[in-house]
Amino acid sequence: MRTVIFRFTAPYLTALMVLFSIFVLLRGHNDPGGGFIGGLIAASALAIYGIACGVAAVRRALWFHPMAISASGLFLAVVAGIFSVFAGTGFMTGLWVFPKIFGTEVALSTPLIFDIGVYLVVVGGIASIALALEERESD
Amino acid sequence: METALSLVVGCLFAVSLYLLLSKHIIRMLLGVVLLSNAVNLLIFAAGRVSSIAPPLVPEGAEAPLAAVANPLPQALILTAIVIAFSFFAFLLVLAYRAYQDLGTDDTDEMRVAEPEDDGLPPLGY
Amino acid sequence: MAEIEATTGGILALALPFVAAALAPILKRIIGAHAAWVLALAPAAAFAILFSFLPEVSSGGVVQFGFDWIPAFDVRFSFRIDGLASTFGLLITGIGTLIILYSGGYLKGHRDQGRFFSFMLMFMGSMLGLVLADDLMTLFVYWELTSITSFLLIGFDHEREKARRGAIQALAITGGGGLALLAGFILIRELAGLNSMTEVLAAGDALRTSPYYLPIFILVLCGAFTKSAQMPFHVWLPNAMEAPTPVSAYLHSATMVKAGVYLLLRMQPALGDTALWTTVLPAFGAVTLVMGALLAVRATDIKITLAYTTVSSLGLLVMLIGVSTEYALIGAVLYLIAHSLFKGGLFMVAGSVDHGAHTREIDRLGGLARHMPITFAAALLCALSMGGITPFVGFLAKEEIYHALEYGDAYHIALMAAAILGNALMFAAAFIVALKPFVGKLPETIDHPHEGGFTIWFGPLVLGVLGLLGALFYETYHALFSGPMASATYGQPVEIDISFVPHLNLAFALSLATIALGIVIYLASNGVRAATSRFLASVGWGPDHGFDQAMRGLLRFSYFVTNRLQSGRLDYYMTITVIAITAALFVPMILGGALPAEPQMPQLRLPEWLVLALILVGIVAVVVAKNRLTAIVSLGIQGFGTALIFMLLGAPDLSFTQFMVETLSVVILALVMTRLKLSPADHRPLREKLPDAALALAGGAGFAVFLLSIVQRPFDPALSDFFEEYSYAIAHGKNIVNVILVDFRGVDTMGEIAVVMTTGLAVLALIRIRVGRRAKAQPDPMETTP
Repeated sequence: MRTVIFRFTAPYLTALMVLFSIFVLLRGHNDPGGGFIGGLIAASALAIYGIACGVAAVRRALWFHPMAISASGLFLAVVAGIFSVFAGTGFMTGLWVFPKIFGTEVALSTPLIFDIGVYLVVVGGIASIALALEERESD
Repeated sequence: METALSLVVGCLFAVSLYLLLSKHIIRMLLGVVLLSNAVNLLIFAAGRVSSIAPPLVPEGAEAPLAAVANPLPQALILTAIVIAFSFFAFLLVLAYRAYQDLGTDDTDEMRVAEPEDDGLPPLGY
Repeated sequence: MAEIEATTGGILALALPFVAAALAPILKRIIGAHAAWVLALAPAAAFAILFSFLPEVSSGGVVQFGFDWIPAFDVRFSFRIDGLASTFGLLITGIGTLIILYSGGYLKGHRDQGRFFSFMLMFMGSMLGLVLADDLMTLFVYWELTSITSFLLIGFDHEREKARRGAIQALAITGGGGLALLAGFILIRELAGLNSMTEVLAAGDALRTSPYYLPIFILVLCGAFTKSAQMPFHVWLPNAMEAPTPVSAYLHSATMVKAGVYLLLRMQPALGDTALWTTVLPAFGAVTLVMGALLAVRATDIKITLAYTTVSSLGLLVMLIGVSTEYALIGAVLYLIAHSLFKGGLFMVAGSVDHGAHTREIDRLGGLARHMPITFAAALLCALSMGGITPFVGFLAKEEIYHALEYGDAYHIALMAAAILGNALMFAAAFIVALKPFVGKLPETIDHPHEGGFTIWFGPLVLGVLGLLGALFYETYHALFSGPMASATYGQPVEIDISFVPHLNLAFALSLATIALGIVIYLASNGVRAATSRFLASVGWGPDHGFDQAMRGLLRFSYFVTNRLQSGRLDYYMTITVIAITAALFVPMILGGALPAEPQMPQLRLPEWLVLALILVGIVAVVVAKNRLTAIVSLGIQGFGTALIFMLLGAPDLSFTQFMVETLSVVILALVMTRLKLSPADHRPLREKLPDAALALAGGAGFAVFLLSIVQRPFDPALSDFFEEYSYAIAHGKNIVNVILVDFRGVDTMGEIAVVMTTGLAVLALIRIRVGRRAKAQPDPMETTP
């Protein structure tokens, strides 16, 4: 499968897919999308990169271990839930702020942070599985 | 539509159960994948297929103006799909390792945890 | 005001031993064996509190206190101190104080002495609670607590198998009896509506004529007989001698084994004096009395001898309670108090002998009197009381017993014969323990015999002297202890006038005959021992052996059952699971008449038909696939078909997710399967496939029918409407599915992503682990390095 064309295009394809996955994640609250789908797209992107250029390259590019990404995602999700406890409401109650950035109203909220956590968990977990399985091919 | 879905779900269940009943772990794995699809479709159909509009609130409205598809089963199934996939990956690796270790994919010959006729345990206090 | 004081004092007395038990290990660590002096303050204080109730109790009053525990079930944590409970409580705390001191000396320097104190005090608290409890459930809880703490104490020396066996045996027998007792109490509660001992005692007539009298009688008796070691449940008591001697002296003579007797005494006014009661109890009691005494003389270990005399004494007590007359009950009460004093003392003497001479075998003991004079004095005091010689409390008891049995009918003559024979044998046993080790020549095997410290000889001496004082000041003794106890037992006030001055009557003559017979047995003890041993050898089976057989039978049975249920074959498990699921789907629907109506031919659009057909093609191809690639591709086809269905039916989120998952599934399945070199085809012969296929079809049909019957019912959209209405209004999200996931049901999602992460970790662990065969060739460095 490691044709020259595939190996040449894979990094760009991966970059595009990861970008798209973040787009899907962020629009998820109002349109089809969200953390689960975004995470799966990003994980697929990493899997493609791994098949094309080898697992070592993916691990270098990721910088962090996939499970570390996954764990930080879970941590983020829990933190998102704990915010509301400090605000005096029940655990995981959504909090919203609508600051104006460059004249545009941007919705920031704890559900968004939670969704990012979900995204990271799925990316890390699934990519970890996929990379681990691809890695076995070399030995 | 629900009627047709019911029959398809029945077929999916039948095939997945048949695969699960065979003694080869590879076939059982395929059965597990089919089983998760069968269950997802079952939940989906049980939530009724009343409208085929996606459950989205249109721009400028407070709530959906027309009837939309039931969002609750969709939310349940969405997580179920991802979890089923991660479990499938786990089972796959488990089967793979078992095959490497035991040299067989026949469940009858996999008897490490429950050996055949290991005799009466000793009576002691 | 008085009531509040009673509550505070009573609860304090009940709690003190447990508080001390919690502190014991720490205290032991700080001040060593001296901790005994501090810890003994707890039972001593409890003794003082109980003593302060004595004026009220001995004048016929009853001190009651407690509070609600589980009001919904009318269970109270309540207590009742009358004459019976008071005397028992004083025995428990009084002897308990001496025993704690004795343990301080006896187990000095033992590694686990702190733990021993702790167990001992816990037992003490449980036993005290048992005799003071009023509410039936409270009593039961304390009853089981004594079984558990006794288990811990018998198994204290847990590195020896015999100790473990003794502990398990005691727990199995007394715990089992406890369960029977619970059943009996529940019957009393549910059928007779009586929640406490106070109510039970007030409703005696109703209970005796109740149709449930027989089951209640049997269940209560099961509890009492197992705890009080009646034949054939007595086996655990001699085996419990594996415990350190203080345990034997306290639990297995003075207190715990009396719990059964206590229960019988307690229930006597309510359940007693029926034909059943006066037949069954004396029968069991008399057999236990004689057999126990014979086995006592046969034993060569002085501790075992004492254990069997305890069995025998318990038999005597049960027999007397069974007779149910006023004199018999007075005799029982007098004997019970006397027995606690002399038997506790003798056990401690046996421990001192073991401590000083390092053996308990009667043949290897002798001539210790010169080296252990105080212990010898204590032993003689106790033995004289046990032998029923005036002026000791044992004498009062025996006179009263013979007095109670001196009637001419066959029933009383038979019991009298048993009493005389048993008492004579016990007389002999008493002096085997108290005289033989001390007189004669000192064997050379005993190296440097010595008297123990103060705490070692103090306890038995006090108990021996008390046995003397009780008889000398018999009027006070009867007024404060035996009188109130006998009144509570008999159910109405009784007068006790027996004194240490012998009167020339039939009872005294019988007493003399008993002593004479006892002396003969003592002199001929070797012959009796040999004869009993021969007899037992010819029988060749005993309840002790029976216990082993029962345990082995249990093991065989569980092995048989496990083998049947867990064949170790996955296809069996799967088959059973599928059958169960199919049955669970069809049976309720058929029984409940919920089978769906015959469905209409569905009206579908063309794309929908095509997608459904695609799924069907995919799954059929999976089943018949002959090679790996076909199977994987077919699996992908049905997956994409499912995704298309979601797309067509208004679930874009699901559709995307399904597409991604199917893609990834196919990729990793291909990655693994190409390396497995396995064919997905089914190589089994047709006759194995057909039953599976039939079963699978039945299961599939079950799900189809189930789903049809669901969708034919009216739909309740309450939840969906809620989410649709508030998704934007409250949660500011327009994608309702996503809002449900991250907001409305966020905690649920959190659990699910945790699962995803965990499976990721598990897969990593599985991949990284060294495969077994390679690991065997190369030992794991983690295992070889310490």
